[in-house]
Amino acid sequence: MHDADLIAQLLRLLAAGLLLISFAMLSRRRTQRLITLYAWQGAILFLSTCLVAYGEGLRELYYSAALTLILKVILLPWILHRLIHRLGAQWDSEPLVNIPATMLVGLVLVIFAFGLAQPISMLATTITRHTIGIALAVILLSFMMMITRRKAMTQVIGFLAMENGLFFAATSTTYGMPMVIELGIALDMLVAVFILGIFFFQIREQFDSLDLHHLEKLRED
Amino acid sequence: MTVAPSISAVVAVVSRNDLNAILLLLGVWAALGFAGLARPRSVGYVARLLFPIGAVTCLGIALLAGIFLASGQGAQSLILPIGLPDLPFHLRLDPLSGFFLLLLGLAGAGISTFAAGYFRSGEGTAPGLLGLQYHVFLASMGVVILANDAYLFMVAWETMALSSYFLVTSQHRIPEIRRAGFLYLLMAHLGAVCILFSFGTMSAGNWQLTFDAMRGNTLSPGWATVAFVFALLGFGAKAGLVPMHVWLPEAHPAAPSPVSAMMSGLMLKTAIYAMLRVSFDLLHARSWQWGVVVLVLGLFSALFGAVFAAVQTDMKRLLAYSSIENIGLIFAGIGLALLFEASNLRLFAALALTAALIHALNHSFFKSLLFLATGSVLHATKQRSLGKLGGLIRSMPWVAALALVGTLAIAGLPPLNGFVSEWLLLQSFLFTPQIPHAFINMLIPLGAAALALTVALAAYVMVKFYGVIFLGQPREPLLTHAHDANWLERIGLMWLAAGCVTIGVLPQFALRAAGDVTGMLLGQSIAPVTSLWSIAPIAPQQASYSGLIFLAGIVAVIAVTFVVVRLLAHGRVRRTAAWDCGYPWQTSRMQDTAEGFGQPIRHMFGTFFRMERALPSPTDAEPRYRIQIEDRVWRALYLPVARSLQWLADEVSVVQSGRLAVYLLFSFLTLLALLVFVL
Repeated sequence: MHDADLIAQLLRLLAAGLLLISFAMLSRRRTQRLITLYAWQGAILFLSTCLVAYGEGLRELYYSAALTLILKVILLPWILHRLIHRLGAQWDSEPLVNIPATMLVGLVLVIFAFGLAQPISMLATTITRHTIGIALAVILLSFMMMITRRKAMTQVIGFLAMENGLFFAATSTTYGMPMVIELGIALDMLVAVFILGIFFFQIREQFDSLDLHHLEKLRED
Repeated sequence: MTVAPSISAVVAVVSRNDLNAILLLLGVWAALGFAGLARPRSVGYVARLLFPIGAVTCLGIALLAGIFLASGQGAQSLILPIGLPDLPFHLRLDPLSGFFLLLLGLAGAGISTFAAGYFRSGEGTAPGLLGLQYHVFLASMGVVILANDAYLFMVAWETMALSSYFLVTSQHRIPEIRRAGFLYLLMAHLGAVCILFSFGTMSAGNWQLTFDAMRGNTLSPGWATVAFVFALLGFGAKAGLVPMHVWLPEAHPAAPSPVSAMMSGLMLKTAIYAMLRVSFDLLHARSWQWGVVVLVLGLFSALFGAVFAAVQTDMKRLLAYSSIENIGLIFAGIGLALLFEASNLRLFAALALTAALIHALNHSFFKSLLFLATGSVLHATKQRSLGKLGGLIRSMPWVAALALVGTLAIAGLPPLNGFVSEWLLLQSFLFTPQIPHAFINMLIPLGAAALALTVALAAYVMVKFYGVIFLGQPREPLLTHAHDANWLERIGLMWLAAGCVTIGVLPQFALRAAGDVTGMLLGQSIAPVTSLWSIAPIAPQQASYSGLIFLAGIVAVIAVTFVVVRLLAHGRVRRTAAWDCGYPWQTSRMQDTAEGFGQPIRHMFGTFFRMERALPSPTDAEPRYRIQIEDRVWRALYLPVARSLQWLADEVSVVQSGRLAVYLLFSFLTLLALLVFVL
């Protein structure tokens, strides 16, 4: 085999990058920067999947990596950029809680995720098993980003980032999901982005803004 | 060239056993339903072609079920490899299902024939869609009766509930009908949940859903009671047992008349069937307390239904309450049979069960007949309120004559069928020997008294029903132009009326069929029929009944009277006011009304009702008398439940802040909690 140790090291490096990007996402204010970060996340996923495929000689994973490249690095960021321009919403998106506090909560979540992943990574036999904790942390951080934001656009980016975390978790525990499921999820995401895009226009039409606190009016008393 | 082999294949399948043939006919129903979608707007195609074919299919099913019962074969079963993987459909034909298939086919034939003439264009749902729902409804009832595993049973049971829901709401533009449909659906679902619990208990935790496995399970008496109570709640809700009856007086009037006839005549019987299946076939550890509960509930429902029927002013609501009464009588029979069986009095158990079965059969005939007759009246007059009908015997002689047969039958007069079953039921009360429970021994005569009271009240109700609609003078000028039923409707009514007369005059055949069922369920049937002339349930020296002699006596009396009046007296026919008391300016408004006729009952049984009356003052120029009669059960049982549910929902709605971040936080915390739990 190839130098398995080197590949494992590289994978850990990439995983650390993924985690770093998640933290960056938590602290970024501008939506456009968030989309760029999302694309970077996709790129790292692509690289790590390729590495696993190369290291283990799994052809299927190459397809999955190609799918990641096309969808998450090129297509979805492009669609999101266009959406933002069409909506004229290139500018701000401020977090609800101040940034240092958010980062601290994020740190706690990462520690929690690592503690959680320990028994699972004992069970797994893959070369990537040490990154399960990071995958979980990415999921939780993206979820937290959805909670702290109030613009519709950033919610969607948080949602997509969460899917990235799930994908990474799947590659690191079992070398990816069956192809059918992966294709299904990819299609789902594409459709979800389209539908949510339509929702953006509807929301803006209704409230003249994409701020989600307007939706509170919809509550029935 | 491919036709001949396929026909011979069909014949081979059919001749192998009756179950396959019956399944094939059920398939014909489903096919007819979908065939209606080809030209959904065409009344001529759907009503005049498909419905008569459906009626012939009904007859075929009745014939096959009759042959099966007469042949005395054992049970036939079949496994169809369709449905979910690893859960094939099990079907079984035994005397119990054969008897109810016979009922379904015989009464269904009459209703389908009538429906062929009844459906017109421009009334609510398109005819093709109605035809689909109608035939799916019929087929699902057939499958319910044949199902031999809980899974198929529930699928068919829910199909039955849904298809009948759509039939009830076929005129869904009227808000009351939508409300009635919703109530029906709600009760049907509550019942289905109870039935599911019952089957779950009976499967005893080994996840075998076939009835064969359930028969093999030996439950402890406690668990058996749990299963029985859930079954009683679930099937009681479908059958309309008090206090689960609230949907019945709403849904039956809302539906088109053939559908009311199907629901009352056939669908309620599937609940009876299922109750018998569960309590006598699937459960073994029966205790006498069950019998007491069912008996008391049944008798109370019967009395309740009769009293409420007496004060109704809407003809279809009246019949709906009368259905509650009859279902109560059937349940009383079942309860008595359970009680006797648990006390090891098998012969008397067989007698009570026979009475219940025959009454179920009878009810499907005369109640369908009466509901269909109200359909004809409704079409001819556009009136459902008894206060605006009257005198229809002159403009609708056919319907009036045939409805009279049904009225007399449901009132329990010999020589018609209602008498036979009510007489049998009374026999089983009166000939009760000592039961080893002192209190129950005291209860039985009381039950007999309640039964007699109910039957008498039912007769009173029927006098009101027939008298107000068909006799007297028309209360509205429009009624004089009412047209009679068309020929298809007449055939349907005649078929059902003929059934009422046949079972009444020659009850031997029905007794024979019911004997097969009691033989299967109890290992005992009442005294074998020895002669064509009379039936004697226990012993000829104690009590016997001969329909033929009764019929002969009645015919003789009528003939003699006719001859005497015609030949010896004047022989002229005069038409004149019967009692004008020297008061020349009579109008049709001076007749006794439905409200007036029910007033004594309303007075005597005042505690049953919740009444709101608005009396006019003496100085009123336009006096109006308004009375609203409500069910106490509604306020005592259902409204508190609804109110507490509303309160609970209000309390829970505190968490509904409307902020997306809060909702996300909920799922986030749930996720964390679950992860910690896994850890």
